[in-house]
Amino acid sequence: MAIYSLKETKQPPQSQTKAVLWLKDNLFSSSSNIALTFVALYLIYLLLPPILNWTIFDANFDLTADNESCGREGACWSFINANLKMFIYGFYPQEELWRVNTMFGIIVALVAFGSFIKKSQYRAHYIIGSFLIYPVVAFVLLYGGLGLEIVETDKWGGLTLTIVVAAVGIVASFPLGILFALGRQSKMRIVRFISVVYIEFVRGVPLITILFMASVVLPLFFSAGMDFDKLLRALIGITLFQTAYIAEVVRGGLQAISKGQYEAADAAGLSFMQKTVLIILPQALKVSIPNIVGSFIALFKDTTLVLIIGLFDMLAIVGAATSNSSWLGRESEGYVFVAMVIWVILYSMSRYSKKLEVKFSTEHKN
Amino acid sequence: MFTKLKSLLYNNEVRAIVFQVLAVVVIAYFAYQAFDNMMLNIEQRGIRSGFGFLNDEAGFAVNDNFFLEYSPASTNLQAFYVGIVNTLIVAITGIFFASVIGLIIGIARLSSNYLVRKMATVYIEIFRNIPILLQILFWYSIALKVLPSARNSMSFMDSIFLNSRGLYLPKPIMGADFYFVLASLIIGIVAYVFIKKRSNKKHDETGINTNTIPHFLGLVLLLPIVVYLSFGAQLEYPVLKGFNFRGGIDLSIEFFSLAFSLSIYTATYIAEAIRSGVESVDVGQKEAAAALGLKNSRAMRLVILPQALRVAIPPIINQYLNLTKNSSLAAAVGYTELVTIFSGTVLNVVGQAIEIIMLTMLVYLTISLVISLILNIFNKKMQIKGG
Repeated sequence: MAIYSLKETKQPPQSQTKAVLWLKDNLFSSSSNIALTFVALYLIYLLLPPILNWTIFDANFDLTADNESCGREGACWSFINANLKMFIYGFYPQEELWRVNTMFGIIVALVAFGSFIKKSQYRAHYIIGSFLIYPVVAFVLLYGGLGLEIVETDKWGGLTLTIVVAAVGIVASFPLGILFALGRQSKMRIVRFISVVYIEFVRGVPLITILFMASVVLPLFFSAGMDFDKLLRALIGITLFQTAYIAEVVRGGLQAISKGQYEAADAAGLSFMQKTVLIILPQALKVSIPNIVGSFIALFKDTTLVLIIGLFDMLAIVGAATSNSSWLGRESEGYVFVAMVIWVILYSMSRYSKKLEVKFSTEHKN
Repeated sequence: MFTKLKSLLYNNEVRAIVFQVLAVVVIAYFAYQAFDNMMLNIEQRGIRSGFGFLNDEAGFAVNDNFFLEYSPASTNLQAFYVGIVNTLIVAITGIFFASVIGLIIGIARLSSNYLVRKMATVYIEIFRNIPILLQILFWYSIALKVLPSARNSMSFMDSIFLNSRGLYLPKPIMGADFYFVLASLIIGIVAYVFIKKRSNKKHDETGINTNTIPHFLGLVLLLPIVVYLSFGAQLEYPVLKGFNFRGGIDLSIEFFSLAFSLSIYTATYIAEAIRSGVESVDVGQKEAAAALGLKNSRAMRLVILPQALRVAIPPIINQYLNLTKNSSLAAAVGYTELVTIFSGTVLNVVGQAIEIIMLTMLVYLTISLVISLILNIFNKKMQIKGG
């Protein structure tokens, strides 16, 4: 009887191991695929070296260098360092900067505490309370009053202004948007008509024309004694604009709710207010949360437009800083820096909205 | 009596009427107040009202002007028309290139090639998360830095010039012979449509495919060119005079920065729309196409894309509208389109803010309405029939 000894297991051939197999499957699976890979590599070869050279290899990282000693081949990052305060705070007075920092500090603390009491029964009270009280605190800190020195709004600027404009736009347009969305769904003809005209009008024109309207036409509508703050005008314009978009998003949510919910609420004898606030809106808003975040992302991008009506948001600071004779010709560094800051903010917001979309998706997945 | 009143108070219809009357009264009151204040303010500041200013002399030069007659002696109304034409030109240019780039990136994102797929993703994530205004300003500043001055222009065959002010191309002179070129183009198109129809019929009857691309090239492209050349091909060349080029077609750097930024920004959204369209097509369709023996490329062209486009085109048309609205950001770099000319220069000269902003908004509203009309027609046509 022959006895067979167990033979050693052979390794898979070289071409079937992980890295090689991956390359074969993903980059070199067919002749057209190989051609594509080389086209892509050539594109990278064309684009990447100049970008890396300018931002890193030829760049001057000496943060004390001035415009002359920096050289012109690569980026001059000391420009950012020298103007960093202006990029963040605008022209806010040096000795009052703690107020802006406190304002940002409070919001971080509020959010942190909010996630700490996630399971508490008072969480809703806490959130609503913060939304009511915080804007007042923030306004007093930024503008002054109650013993703090007044800082006029034309001194506000940079990232601070960008965030103020975006935040006010978001907070103010949300309730207004819900009202218009309800108006558009209302059975009352005149209310529906007004809502439709408003929403479609605003969505049909560019934001910049609305900002122009808010900054030059709006003051004409009020008696001459009322002096309108430039920032306030921009905020009104942004809010009017964003309201229409939020209204459309919320309307989408309202339409997603089955008719049975309305009928059940009516059958239970709820009044219109009870029905809307307790039954319809909670469901409609939950459905539209991802889209609401999406429209806030769009709003954040749009805040850069305030520079056209003469406010100094972060983007406008680039122009202001490079028109200073000691930093002439450094626009590129400024734009790249601002683009990176805004990109990080927007990218994290859009990741967050993707996460929400998965979390709130109640659709059947196949 | 009292119970009757009470029942009225709780009657939903009565409540609705009262509420609406109240809403109308409140709005009318505010509108009246605003109007009253406006009249007072206008009087105090000595601003004219009405549209008489449209017939006044504009008095300013316009950088980019393509078809219309315009000089500083023209009226504000003509400046308004130039603005509209320039808005439409930059929008159409942007829409064309955004569609091409978007289609390429959208398909690249679905590629089986890892490198191509990742590069498309990186492109989308970078450019859609940077505000469009920032992109416009950035590319404008880069173009100004990189391109040479007018005296050191880059030139191609001494007829095309590129410098930091713009691109200068020779312009065909539209004399009497131009109409022959136009006529030959129309004849070419009609003949091609006829040939295409016949080949389609042949395909339906016998299943034999005829390649009509040579016919297309010959009739639609070659024929007008031959006619044009046979008439002597007169061109007006740009010539350096003083500090800049005169004559020919002149495309400003502002136009390029704007069109370029609008294209690469909007392309990211179009790419995403195309991707979600393709992903919306059921896997079974692809498998069925493969089972029928269609190659990948044919399956894509004949089975997947027609179904994907039904989902993708409405958001794409919306992006076209957004691009048109975003073209108003030209104000930041000074490309002379509607907002720059009208809400900028004319407003500064005339000062009639209400009329001017209203007219500007009206133009955009009209464009929006036309585009949403097209969208509605498309949606009606694309509804799945017999459902």
